[in-house]
Amino acid sequence: MKTHHDHSVILEVRDLTVAYGKVEALHQVSLTLRRGEIVTVIGPNGAGKSTLLAALMGLLPVAGEIVYLGHVQGREREVEYLVRHGMTLVPEKRELFAEMSVEDNLLLGAFDRYRTGHRDQIETMDEVFELFPRLDERRSQLAGTLSGGERQMLAMGRALMAKPKLLMLDEPSLGLAPLIIKEIFRIISALKESGVAILLVEQNARAALQIADYGYVLETGEISLAGPSKELAADRRVIDAYLGLAHKN
Amino acid sequence: MDLQILLLLGQDGITNGAIYALLALALVLVFTVTRVIFIPQGEFVAYGALTLASLQTDKVPGTVWLLLGLGIIVALLDGAKLLRERRYAKLPPLLIANIGVPLIAAAGLFAMPPAQLPLALQVLIAMLLVVPLGPMIYRVAFQPLAGASVLVLLIVSVAVHVALIGLGLLFFGAEGSRTPAFTELSFELAGAPLQGQTILVVVASALLIIGLYFFFERTLYGKALRATAMNRTGARLMGIPPALAGKLCFTLAAAIGAFSGILIAPITTIYYDSGFLIGLKGFVGAIIGGLASYPLAALGAILVGLLESYASFYASAFKEVIVFTLIIPVLLWRSLSARHVEEEEE
Repeated sequence: MKTHHDHSVILEVRDLTVAYGKVEALHQVSLTLRRGEIVTVIGPNGAGKSTLLAALMGLLPVAGEIVYLGHVQGREREVEYLVRHGMTLVPEKRELFAEMSVEDNLLLGAFDRYRTGHRDQIETMDEVFELFPRLDERRSQLAGTLSGGERQMLAMGRALMAKPKLLMLDEPSLGLAPLIIKEIFRIISALKESGVAILLVEQNARAALQIADYGYVLETGEISLAGPSKELAADRRVIDAYLGLAHKN
Repeated sequence: MDLQILLLLGQDGITNGAIYALLALALVLVFTVTRVIFIPQGEFVAYGALTLASLQTDKVPGTVWLLLGLGIIVALLDGAKLLRERRYAKLPPLLIANIGVPLIAAAGLFAMPPAQLPLALQVLIAMLLVVPLGPMIYRVAFQPLAGASVLVLLIVSVAVHVALIGLGLLFFGAEGSRTPAFTELSFELAGAPLQGQTILVVVASALLIIGLYFFFERTLYGKALRATAMNRTGARLMGIPPALAGKLCFTLAAAIGAFSGILIAPITTIYYDSGFLIGLKGFVGAIIGGLASYPLAALGAILVGLLESYASFYASAFKEVIVFTLIIPVLLWRSLSARHVEEEEE
């Protein structure tokens, strides 16, 4: 895949607030994401990381401003609209179509492109198989019978079938063995080279900060720290809260 | 008891069973994709049969007014949204599809006496008048409630059923209709007569089932419907809008219903309210399939047809009782054998 040098802003979030009833899950969160960049949001369980991604994807009602591809998102933020304009989410639960083959899952990832008249699904699928050779071996197997790592690969491959401009990954390392995590993160880094912007939400702060360009720390619904990931990785507070134990191991 | 009667009854049972199977498949489809228990499924059977009967007696079927009325409501609902979002370019196609086409259909029916048209064309017109009602009903009654509970959707479903029955009485009157047979062919099978119409019903149903199988297994839209049924969130994230899936499966359900109605119109006299009982028997089949499995639902429906046919001979007064009592052992068996999976509801 070719390298891109366009580093314009793709996503700008200002003062995003999300509430479930009266309980605020996110409070005035702001962040910026550029093309060809990996931005990570780290933080403890329950800090609102998944809520952030669901809100960006149009799955939750929000207050605040979201500017995607230069357009202010109005009230009519709909998942379908965002998918058509290149935003994709790989959710924490993967949300695969369990009783369908790997191949069908991938094809459905390109559903909106098919609907809008694109007929390059086979080529795109070959690119995905190049990235995840394991999926090629399993192409006729049912998604529900895959191992955890393979499911994550399929979820990512399915998202890539939409040829995204912005790929949002929710806890891609969750529940996976260390070797597989390494493999997944290597692929995420490789994806960055193809020019797609990546928003990576992770509890595994160490792995995330290693591949990210910029990082945010989300705690109890608010951004408590932000900075280039190298600086964050060296920050005392981050080391104590998120990297400390991992360093000793 | 002789073999001839046994065969005759079996023939009857399989013919009816084939129709119930089609309806059962439509019910499973609608339920798995939209969670709607589609009580009005049978009304499409009656509307299909009676619309064809009206055409053949040179009357303009009332269906066309319902089409126009629903079309106007859909155009208002969707038009208002388009205006709010300033997507003016999409207005003309919306108006043409929902108001223009029904108007042209009405004008065409008044201009040309449909009774003189060839049968195939009459069938086509009847289908074209009834099938669009499916997606329109979805748009008006169910789409605004897409996130509601199964119970709320069921209540709406009953309301739609009652409304359609009432409108059916208004459109088609209280007396029943039977259309002339599509074919006069007749054969003999082991001493029992075999009507060409019976064969037609079974073959047409089988072809439709095969067609549906290919749609779901081989086309991306079919796969998208299955995907929505399996994982609604996952499907939305792929850009498969629930409204699109809903409209698509209501279109299929309406088409299956109307087609079944047209198939059985020459065999039984259909009244404005006959659809309900026919649909309910399809529903028993769907329940045998757990409202989830297509093959089990189809087999269950054929079993219902056979049971009904033999029951009507041996205990005709209890025919319906026997058929609907079947549901009790089935439910018992299902609740005892089912794996109790934790349902994750959004």
